[in-house]
Amino acid sequence: MSDRQYELVYILPPDSTEAQVAELHTQIEAAVSKMNGVIEKTENWGRRKLAYEIGHNKEGVYVLDVINGSGELMKELDRRLRVMDQVIRHMVVRVDEEKRVVERTRSKRQADSERRRVKRGLPPVRQPGEGRPTESEDMDDDRFDGVEV
Amino acid sequence: MPFGQGRSGGGRGKKDDKKAGEKGGQRRTLFRRRKVCKFCADKIDDINYKDVKLIGPFVPERGKILPRRISGTCAMHQRKLQTAIKRARQIALIPYVTD
Repeated sequence: MSDRQYELVYILPPDSTEAQVAELHTQIEAAVSKMNGVIEKTENWGRRKLAYEIGHNKEGVYVLDVINGSGELMKELDRRLRVMDQVIRHMVVRVDEEKRVVERTRSKRQADSERRRVKRGLPPVRQPGEGRPTESEDMDDDRFDGVEV
Repeated sequence: MPFGQGRSGGGRGKKDDKKAGEKGGQRRTLFRRRKVCKFCADKIDDINYKDVKLIGPFVPERGKILPRRISGTCAMHQRKLQTAIKRARQIALIPYVTD
């Protein structure tokens, strides 16, 4: 069962250097490849302000890894990250199922709209300049927003 | 309403009252905007915990999740929003509480 996809987000202290980030990444990579996983994508969000303090840190370096692998692998990674003290926070989320659902609803919506358009005798894809120009969403209604009873 | 009586006959006064009441009711329905689920209206399928800009408006000052009766979000999307917010909280993108 290695068709699962996980996202791993971890946060390092703000004073960690590029080298430290890279080193941790190679460690994770080694652990992943050892258990027949693949890192599909790595995103470094850089320093970000934390919404709340974690261990007296107000900022953190965020790194996101998208990993294809088994549950055991993620369990192992989770365990290891928990032990490491240079990681102030981490989270593992399984994403493949959600991704599939999103994909399905999106394609379904597209297919539906195409079918309806064809039924109305229109080309299946919306042409540029078609339909109402950018709707000004009930503008005059807005000023009563505060008067609600 | 002892003062209103002088204006006209009792019967008519009553009628007017009723009318006014109706008008008020109509006004209420007219002025209250129909709440629409943002995610349904904008056709947003994926409510992701990483997208703070998307989730942000549903987490007011205090840090609580905005209830459905106020935001107008549909049940399905509120559920998805809820998990997204809770995940975002875990990695400190959104606060748990702010005082």
